[in-house]
Amino acid sequence: MTLPFTDRTWLWLAAALYLAGFILGSIALFKRGRPAGAATYALILLGYLAQLAGLGLRGRAVGGCPLGNPFELYQFTAWSAITLYLVVGATFRLSLLGYFTACLASTVTLISLLFPSWDAGQRVRIFGHNPWIELHAALAVFSYGVFALLALTSLMFLLRHFSLKSKRLGGWFSFLPAIRDLDHMGVRLLATGTAILGFAVSVGAAHWARPETVVNLEKFVVTVAVAGAAFVLLLLRLRGVLLARRFAVACLILYAAALLSLVTVGPGRGRVPPPAAPTAR
Amino acid sequence: MSTGNIFVIGATHHRTPIEVRERLALDEDGTTALRDQLANLAGLREFTVVSTCNRIEFYGVAASDDVAEQVGGAFCRWQNFDPAEFARFQLDLRNEAALQHLVEVAAGLDSQMLGETEIFGQMKQAYASAQAAGHTGPVLNRAFQKAFQAAKQVRTQTAITMGQVSVANVAVELAGTIFGGLADARILLLGAGEIGEKTAKAFQSRGAASLTVASRRLVRAMELATTLGASALPYEQREARLAEFDIVVCATSAPDIILPRAAVQAAMARRPDRPLFLIDQALPRDIDPTVAELENVFLYNLDDLARIAQENLAAREAETLKGRAIAGEKARALWQQIAAQVTVPSAAPASERPRTSDAASIPESR
Repeated sequence: MTLPFTDRTWLWLAAALYLAGFILGSIALFKRGRPAGAATYALILLGYLAQLAGLGLRGRAVGGCPLGNPFELYQFTAWSAITLYLVVGATFRLSLLGYFTACLASTVTLISLLFPSWDAGQRVRIFGHNPWIELHAALAVFSYGVFALLALTSLMFLLRHFSLKSKRLGGWFSFLPAIRDLDHMGVRLLATGTAILGFAVSVGAAHWARPETVVNLEKFVVTVAVAGAAFVLLLLRLRGVLLARRFAVACLILYAAALLSLVTVGPGRGRVPPPAAPTAR
Repeated sequence: MSTGNIFVIGATHHRTPIEVRERLALDEDGTTALRDQLANLAGLREFTVVSTCNRIEFYGVAASDDVAEQVGGAFCRWQNFDPAEFARFQLDLRNEAALQHLVEVAAGLDSQMLGETEIFGQMKQAYASAQAAGHTGPVLNRAFQKAFQAAKQVRTQTAITMGQVSVANVAVELAGTIFGGLADARILLLGAGEIGEKTAKAFQSRGAASLTVASRRLVRAMELATTLGASALPYEQREARLAEFDIVVCATSAPDIILPRAAVQAAMARRPDRPLFLIDQALPRDIDPTVAELENVFLYNLDDLARIAQENLAAREAETLKGRAIAGEKARALWQQIAAQVTVPSAAPASERPRTSDAASIPESR
């Protein structure tokens, strides 16, 4: 099937739909005093489908998972977060989570689109013809999407904590989920993200261990550091050392670190195959 | 010339003091007997009686203007109430205004506790009884069913039901924002007085299953525990066993602090990952106020709860204009639909008229 428009056009459309979801949510929240639950969800779903089309076209053009430059990495992270939101948001009826997810997705996708240099020229195929290393990269970036959702639930936890401690419960605070539900959600998301990232690192390690592979040390250190930090954070939470507000803050820091690490985790593989066109039809 | 009309007459909390409402109140048997009497009133085509603690109202479809007065007179005779006094407090609305009142009552816009939803069930029950007895017909069936739909719309399109407005319910709502569901929340009630009992009952009505009562007088604690289907705890063990509970309601008349910071700190050390919700309804206060600084501890006192209840009430009041506008719009549309039916000449009193297919229809579920 041939889709109309270029991959970037679809991705612009997706960003616009996420932004529309965020704007609609803001209007509903601050003017009408209630979240625009179903409408935001519908806009995010449409944006997700547009982004899927864009990333699909890009993937077809490059012959693999589109993770070859910072633009693609940020796009894929946002897409992963939305994938999870569409499952979690519908299951747990976290109406404000949609609003925050739309905010995050529109920010990340728009920023990646607004910097053409992140997607310009010299794009490299990072995986060669090795499906395992492609799986490693896709899972690793997907886990960053899980951490994105973790950051959002942590932010909601902090807002709920503030509202309960300061005894301000009216207005849009009333639409935040219960603090214990947010805490449980945070633990589950951290466990899921850590497991996925751990598996991704294991898959990558099996490939890196091969003698003919040249490993980018910076990328290796950063990836292992993010996975290690996530694992330590989970351990501290489960052992009751890092709890409540401090746990939520730590989760936000973890996501910020993961996001920043994407800049260093570029297309850093040893063997560089011939360049592919960045834009596809 | 006298024309047919749809009317509502009665007495409500707005103009009628509680001492008068007590004398006007109808029990279930009284309502049934009065209804049978009204069914034989000439010119009264259809009617429904709504009787709650805050209102006694007669909704009817009459063949002429004076029928509503006759209904009021029959009610006063039944209750041995002076008609002149009744006239002082009486609500009397006709046609579109009566329909608007019907929608507003069903939506909780006319309730003493603005936005409460219990009235909706009471209205449905009153309507169902009248319908089963054959006292309603095409006009009231349509009016009530449309009013129920409109009431739902008012509740979903405005925030009149948002936030609790009683101290006990505010405490329960707060527990919901901390724990989500209350099914697995363990509650300790310290003090066996009326305030604590009310709050405990509010928690139970929202599904709280595990309740323990402790009081300085163990006998009283055991009595209350039996009444509430709860268990009792010796008062002296309150600190040692504090860690077992998620929600603690304090409502004793103790002159000093009964839950010091050290006790709460020790409890939290044993359950660091579970939030602890402390509700201090006592005066002087039962709980050391500095425990509010502890991580995962949420302390609310009587003033906090009352302030939240006030804020919620103010927010509901701000929504009434919007609600009344919707009610007015719906009433206008409904009146346009039924005006022709209301003004047709009467044939027989409600008791002699066969039920219509509308009358046999089942009222919509909540």
